[in-house]
Amino acid sequence: MKNMKYLLLRRVTQFLILFLYFGANAYGWHMLEGTFGTSHLFGIIPLADPYTTVQVLASGFVLGADVLLGALIITVFYMVVGGRAFCSWVCPINMVTDLANWIRRKLKLDKEEVNYRFLKRRTRYWIMVLGIIVSAVVGVAAFEVLSPITIMQRGIIFGFGAGISVIIAIFLFDLFGVRNGWCGHLCPLGAAYSLIGSKSLIRVKHNHENCTNCMDCKVVCPENQVLHMINKSSISVTDGECTNCGRCVDVCNDDALEFSIRSFAKK
Amino acid sequence: MANSDNNRRKFMATTLQSVGLTALGGLLWSGYTDEVKASPLVLRPPGALPEEDFLKACIKCGLCAEACVNRNSNKNSDGTQRAGTLKMAKGGDHRMIGTPFFIPTEVPCYMCDDIPCVPACPSGALDMPSLINEKKELDINLANMGLAVVHKESCVAFWGIQCDACYRACPIMDEAITLEYQKNERTGKHAFLLPIVHSDVCTGCGLCEKACITEEPAIFVLPVEQATGKAGDHYVKGWDKADQERVKDAKEIKTETERSQKEASDYLNMEVDY
Repeated sequence: MKNMKYLLLRRVTQFLILFLYFGANAYGWHMLEGTFGTSHLFGIIPLADPYTTVQVLASGFVLGADVLLGALIITVFYMVVGGRAFCSWVCPINMVTDLANWIRRKLKLDKEEVNYRFLKRRTRYWIMVLGIIVSAVVGVAAFEVLSPITIMQRGIIFGFGAGISVIIAIFLFDLFGVRNGWCGHLCPLGAAYSLIGSKSLIRVKHNHENCTNCMDCKVVCPENQVLHMINKSSISVTDGECTNCGRCVDVCNDDALEFSIRSFAKK
Repeated sequence: MANSDNNRRKFMATTLQSVGLTALGGLLWSGYTDEVKASPLVLRPPGALPEEDFLKACIKCGLCAEACVNRNSNKNSDGTQRAGTLKMAKGGDHRMIGTPFFIPTEVPCYMCDDIPCVPACPSGALDMPSLINEKKELDINLANMGLAVVHKESCVAFWGIQCDACYRACPIMDEAITLEYQKNERTGKHAFLLPIVHSDVCTGCGLCEKACITEEPAIFVLPVEQATGKAGDHYVKGWDKADQERVKDAKEIKTETERSQKEASDYLNMEVDY
C-alpha cells in the first residue's frame, strides 16, 4: 500500500481553500473572499496574484495599495517559504492535470510513445514574458482573459457557464497531448512562481544511501527534470520548478526522499 | 572547429525559432485579447471607470459581486439570500471574462445607500472618489452606470394608454424620469403622460427597465457612451454662462482653402464646378 499522506494533505488544502472562497460568495463568510486575482484573508489581510498584478501594471493602470500590498505578501510567502507550492497545494487546475496524468499512467500512454514532445519546458517562461508584453500592447491583463486557473476558480464560486470547456480542453491536452503539458510546459503563472520560489526554504531532500533506484519518484513527478540527483548524490531538490507536491516522498518506499529545510551552508 | 560551427548554427536556429514562435504567439494572443475587449453593451457597477480604463483596472477578483449578493438588505423575509445584481462574466456571456456586470431585466441595481460593492474594490476599477458628494459622504445618486432610453413607438404611454410604471419604479422619482403632460389630439379630451428621462440625474440602475410592462421593455438602460451624443465645441448656448465654461479651452480651427482666402462677397459670386 502506497503512502498518500501528502497527496491527501494537498487535496484537503485545495478543497478547503476553494470551499472558503465559495462560502464567501454563497454564505457571506469573511474567511477568504475574492479570487486569486485579489483576496481578503479574514476580511483584512490582502492577498494578490503577483503575475496578475504585474500584467495590470504593464497595461498602464496604477493599482490600488491593497492589491500591491497583497501581491507583496504573496510574493514574500512563496519566495521565503513555499516555493512553487501554489501550483500543487492551492491551484484548482492541479486537480484536473493530476487526474489527466493519473489516467495517462494507467493507460500507459507514455509507454506507447504517444507523448508529443513538440513543447519544451522552458516555453512557459517565454509565455510569461509574452503575457506582460501583450498586456502592455493591448492594454488589458492578457493572461487573465484566458487563464484556466481563474476561470475554474470563478467557475466554482460564481458558476462555470461555457468556461467549463476551457477546463476540459486542459484535461484533454494533458491526457492525450503533452504529458504535464499545461502545468509543466505552458502555464505562465507556474513559471512566475518557479522564479519567485527558486530560493525558498522548504525543499525535498534526497538520501542517496537509502535509494534503490526504482525510479518511482521520477515516474510520478510532474517536473521530473528537478530530480536529477536521484541515486547520484544526497542533496536537496533546489530547482524552482519543483512544486513541493510531495508525490515523490509519498511513492518512495525506501525513505530516500523527505521534506526538509534547505541548507544554504552545504550548497 | 567544424563542430563548434555546427553548435553555433544549431544555437542560432533554435534561438531564431523560439523568437519566431514567440512573435507568432504574441500576434495571436494580442489579436484575441483585443477582440474580447470589444463588448460594447455592458453595464458596469456604480463608480466604474470608463470602459477602456475599467478593463485595464479590473483584477477580476469578484469582491464587488460578493459584497453585492451578501449585503444585509439582500434577504428574503425568511432570511434566505436573493440573487445579487452583479454577475461575474463567464464563458458564453460574451463580455470580458471575469468582469462584473449586471442585466437590469434580471436583477437591476437597487442603489443601496452604503454602496457595498464600491469600497470592496481593491484595484480602483470602481472609483470611490467619483461617488463622494460635497458632504463627503458616499452618494449612490452620483452613480453613472448607464442611461435609460425610451423607445416611444413601443411605450404605451406614447399611445395614450395610461402607464407610469417606470416613473414610479425610479429611485430618484420625479427627477430622473418626469411625466410630461401633452394633449391627446386623437381623442381630443385625454392627456398623454409621457416619461422623459433626464440624463443628468439618471444613474442607469435599470429599475425602470425591470418595471416596464411591455413584452420587451420600451425603456431600457444603455451604457452612457452609447446612449448619448455630443454637440461639440461648435455649438454653445449663448444664453447660458455655464455652457460657455464648457468650451473655454476650445481652440480655433482654421481651414485654409482656395476659397477661404477670398472675401465672402468674392467667393459667393465665384463660379464653382461641382
